[in-house]
Amino acid sequence: MTDRSSPLELEQADKTFLDSNELIINMGPQHPATHGVLRVILKLDGEKVLGTECVIGYLHRGVEKIAENRTYTMFNPYVDRMDYVAAVSNGLGYCEAVEKLLNVEAPPRANYIRVILTELNRLASHMLWLGTHALDIGAITPLFYTFRDREEILKIFEKYCGARLTTHAFRIGGCQYETYDGFEEDVKKFLKFVTPKIDEYEELLTTNRIWVERTRGVGFISAADCKGLGVTGPVLRASGVKWDLRKAQPYAAYSDFDFEIPTGENGDTFDRYMVRMQEMRQSLRIIEQAVGKIPDGPIMAKVPKVMKPPVGEIYHSIEAPKGELGYFIVSDGSTQPYRVRVRPPSFVNLQALDQMVRGQLVADVIAVIGTLDIVLGEVDR
Amino acid sequence: MVATLKRQYGSGIREASTYLGQNYMVADPSLIPEFLQVLRDQEQFDYCVDVTAVHYPQREKQFDVIWILYSYARNERIRVKTMIADGEIVPSSVAIWPAANWLEREVYDMFGIRFEGHPDLKRILLPEGWKGHPLRKDYGIIQQDNEWVQINLGIESGQ
Repeated sequence: MTDRSSPLELEQADKTFLDSNELIINMGPQHPATHGVLRVILKLDGEKVLGTECVIGYLHRGVEKIAENRTYTMFNPYVDRMDYVAAVSNGLGYCEAVEKLLNVEAPPRANYIRVILTELNRLASHMLWLGTHALDIGAITPLFYTFRDREEILKIFEKYCGARLTTHAFRIGGCQYETYDGFEEDVKKFLKFVTPKIDEYEELLTTNRIWVERTRGVGFISAADCKGLGVTGPVLRASGVKWDLRKAQPYAAYSDFDFEIPTGENGDTFDRYMVRMQEMRQSLRIIEQAVGKIPDGPIMAKVPKVMKPPVGEIYHSIEAPKGELGYFIVSDGSTQPYRVRVRPPSFVNLQALDQMVRGQLVADVIAVIGTLDIVLGEVDR
Repeated sequence: MVATLKRQYGSGIREASTYLGQNYMVADPSLIPEFLQVLRDQEQFDYCVDVTAVHYPQREKQFDVIWILYSYARNERIRVKTMIADGEIVPSSVAIWPAANWLEREVYDMFGIRFEGHPDLKRILLPEGWKGHPLRKDYGIIQQDNEWVQINLGIESGQ
């Protein structure tokens, strides 16, 4: 038996083995837990993270450049390809921005349809987030449940506009399609179906000891840091800032509905999880109110066939499932936008990764990437 | 707010007005970054939503650099715009809002505008070593850095 009691020897052994090495490890871009093609370079001391650097751009398609070479209408479907799990939200933001520039307003019926579809999309986005996030941390079951239930939302999208993911559901000035026969029943049926399901997800995770240990206190970010880093969406709210663009600067028909802004206190991964779970319930509330009173009337405002917005600039932003999604559009009076700038929530939120994982363990990096809920299509555009 | 700022900076603020209900100001480049600092500290614009640029090749001062700011306390947005010539350097606002870090890198990547005082100004979306800045108006829609593509991807063209 070797003598383990000599502290001196142990100390020296530790020194040769730990002290000398800061380890640089590459994670991604092809890595199942980075949710796409994100590459993170990690500087480690043993298992402790000393610093990170994100390398992005693998999915860069030059969306902003494409916009300058398309008409306002032609660019509309492109925005769906940014945050492809919440395509409806992207479309809403873009359409509303151009509408503002053109000085038209979508009719109330169109706004209600928009709200219903956007909130359904928020649910779908959160469900996908929950499934993959839980999978990353080691819980496989939620993935099957959330994907099964998300399917019902995609079916509604498919029946409404023929597409499941990149929906191109809205047009500048309103909606292209009238709701199909049985749309309201379908949505109501879905609400009834999904309400107990959300409790079911929570049952699987909220009190699960492994889940709690893996998420509580992990990836902390304070409210002040969130504001400084421009972090928005559920991440900001989990740090205790009660701020949601749907309430702060209401758009579409959101001012008509009664809903709450769920917030957290600790700003850790667990709180972000709780905030998103509650947001799903709030979305259901909004849909329930909206679907009961969709007003009659036209679904399309009077918009010229050839759109030539007057010279000027506009910034319009909406609360996408990931945070503030903004469009800054410059018009030179021609049929094509002079410049379209997309302010993507995922891109800005990802900046906070470094701060959130510093001093934590490698395994927590996975948890934090999951909890930030990034979509690389939007980060890279 | 505009009145106090105008008194403070005089003709440095060339224009302050509203279009479609959105406020914007055109400031002289020499006022950046003190002006931004004042907006954050005195006027509570604590959230830098976006930093971006627009290229006008026919103008003498070719670029508009734009900061979109938001104040949580006032629930208000403002856009600050400044005009610079090609090659002119803009002071970085990373020290004021850490959020500007990646946003300024993107502006540099896409327009070639350099920010002085930025901690790590390098390309962000395009690979290191890429030639050209795609969002400039003289960069074609199907243009690419052929040399880079051939060396790094081993193919004739990315198109």
